[in-house]
Amino acid sequence: MVAQNLGSTTTTKITNYPLNAWYVAAWDYEVTRKPMSRTIADRPLALYRTEDGKPVALADACWHRLAPLSMGKVVGKDGIQCPYHGIVFNAAGRCISMPAQETVNPSATVPSFPAVQRHRYVWVWLGDPTLADPDTIPNMFQMDHPEWTGDGRTIHADCNYQLIVDNLMDLTHEEFVHGSSIGQAELSESDFTTTHDDTSVTVTRWMKGIYPPPFWKKNLHDVFPGYEGKVDRWQIIRFEAPGTICIDVGVAKADTGAPEGDRSQGVNAFVMNTISPESSKTSHYFWSIQRNYRLESQTITTQMREGVHGVFGEDEVMLRAQQRAIDANPDYEFYNINIDAGGMWVRRLLERQLLKEGRLGTKQEEGWTE
Amino acid sequence: MAATNIEIWQQGEIIEISQAANDIKKIVIRQSNPAKADPGSHIDLMVNVDGEMVRRSYSVASQSEDLRDLTLGVFLVPNSRGGSIAVHELAVGDQLDITQPLQNFPLRVGAERYVLIAGGIGVTAIMAMAAVLKRIGANYTLMYAARSKEAMAFREELQAIHGDNLQIFLDEDKNFIQIPELIASLDDNTELYICGPIRLMDAVRRIWLESELENTNLRFETFGASGWYDPEEFIVRIPAKNVEVLVGKQHSMLEALEAAGVDMLSDCRKGECGLCEVRVLSLNGRVDHRDVFYSERQKEQNEKISCCVSRIVTSESGLAADASGPAVVEIVTT
Repeated sequence: MVAQNLGSTTTTKITNYPLNAWYVAAWDYEVTRKPMSRTIADRPLALYRTEDGKPVALADACWHRLAPLSMGKVVGKDGIQCPYHGIVFNAAGRCISMPAQETVNPSATVPSFPAVQRHRYVWVWLGDPTLADPDTIPNMFQMDHPEWTGDGRTIHADCNYQLIVDNLMDLTHEEFVHGSSIGQAELSESDFTTTHDDTSVTVTRWMKGIYPPPFWKKNLHDVFPGYEGKVDRWQIIRFEAPGTICIDVGVAKADTGAPEGDRSQGVNAFVMNTISPESSKTSHYFWSIQRNYRLESQTITTQMREGVHGVFGEDEVMLRAQQRAIDANPDYEFYNINIDAGGMWVRRLLERQLLKEGRLGTKQEEGWTE
Repeated sequence: MAATNIEIWQQGEIIEISQAANDIKKIVIRQSNPAKADPGSHIDLMVNVDGEMVRRSYSVASQSEDLRDLTLGVFLVPNSRGGSIAVHELAVGDQLDITQPLQNFPLRVGAERYVLIAGGIGVTAIMAMAAVLKRIGANYTLMYAARSKEAMAFREELQAIHGDNLQIFLDEDKNFIQIPELIASLDDNTELYICGPIRLMDAVRRIWLESELENTNLRFETFGASGWYDPEEFIVRIPAKNVEVLVGKQHSMLEALEAAGVDMLSDCRKGECGLCEVRVLSLNGRVDHRDVFYSERQKEQNEKISCCVSRIVTSESGLAADASGPAVVEIVTT
């Protein structure tokens, strides 16, 4: 918005969020004919499905007296009825029925936000709807591709979404936070590269000729039982604005060509993360771990999901503590070190998008439209 | 894009005035606190009519890229309530109180097909919608009707932007929108947005309601400014309160009753919400129902009136000359 704010978000502790963007509002299975409430980017939403299965996201406040529509019920092929005075709105947010009168006030509408189901999630667009192009939904094809399988969960995280993005853009912390599962000293000893373009940032780290940590040793044994040797381990972290991070992770028997592209002697998974801000200090963190081997095994699906759930539980504790420390120390700044390059590029991209929306540096209390 | 109706007042400076057509001025206003005008939005402004500051609403036809400047098209209505005359007398450099853009006529993005109908000055409410539909590559037709070429504002500009998506209908060419055929050709994946004189809007609305199409896909905006008859002076009496008021051409019945000290309830003041309802005890004349709150059935009964917009006229023809004196209505207020 103003020139002197340029560059501010790279060290801002609490980042504002772009609105001209797709955010995951829910898992596909959560959105049903029974309306539900969820707040994304400070917008309370009533989510439900039409009779023919299309997801709908309306503002969760009736036009009339602001009663939450999510407490109401679906009516007809795409309507929702306010639980208080019975006013009915359709999927476009237009009133189709009012009590005690023969006509309908043409001004009676509630905001209807573009909603699209893709990659097992329901995505919503809260900004200028004329810019909402479903082709810009982040690519998470591994979520529902026949050659991939897996499952995940949602974390309701008590922190600003940027702190989660920071966490995922630098996995050095695994050594310290996740020592019993995926952490190992080689994480902070190995080199990494960072690249970026207009909408994405990639951080690549290879750890060659190391012994796998417990989580990866188990996974490798699911395909190569009894292998006790060294491995080459990789983490290729790819961020897509504003909050999706897909991490290509895996291990392969050492010196079998994985760094050069031959992963046939290893196991590969993608940690699919997408984070939607709820408020400036809370977030919905949707994740899944998808793999491309032993697709037949529900046991492995459950084991991996629960394994990652345990790991992310450790992150959750740290992130909540970090947010509290930030709040308790408003006069202290963030400083950056070498490992923050990925997170810094993310902040730079978000800052450019916020600047474009005229929302850089402030958390504006604004209306429904841009 | 939903309704935004939180009024934020600001200063507007007239930076450009030009003749857009016969009796239509294009007026560009610079906002002191620029806000975005989504398609279908309007501003309210305060103008001086005979020494009294009155509030009027005008659609935002377009907005500059930096959001600062709003373009309005204002039609001079000699028989109106006086706002348009005052606006036509404004000059470059004049300052006036204006709201930031308000929205009661939002364009919904995502329909398969759109038909936009603009009648006369109603084009100002439709233009910005057409511009957005063009930009996002939507399937749309813009139908623009006016009396004559000379009465058609923004025609060249619209032709340049919309090309074959624009259809022009001129009364002088005896070329009219064939409403029944048009509506018969639509399905539930089409949204129709219309702004124009009440006769055009009413014709479209009647045929639409008779069709199988979904009511909510017909979108219209009315400021209640346009009626079936020219406005006349008329007398309103409230026997229970011993009140008699002469309603001038430039005022609504609601305004006149308020000015006379009657404690009136109202909200939208454009004939949509029904809160300013008065009940008719007796009527010497005819009601010019200008609201969209009552159904056709209720309007025919003439038992209730939305007094913020509806008026009384003397005769069937609406011509004051046909009558011996002003029309009179006796009412009960809430």
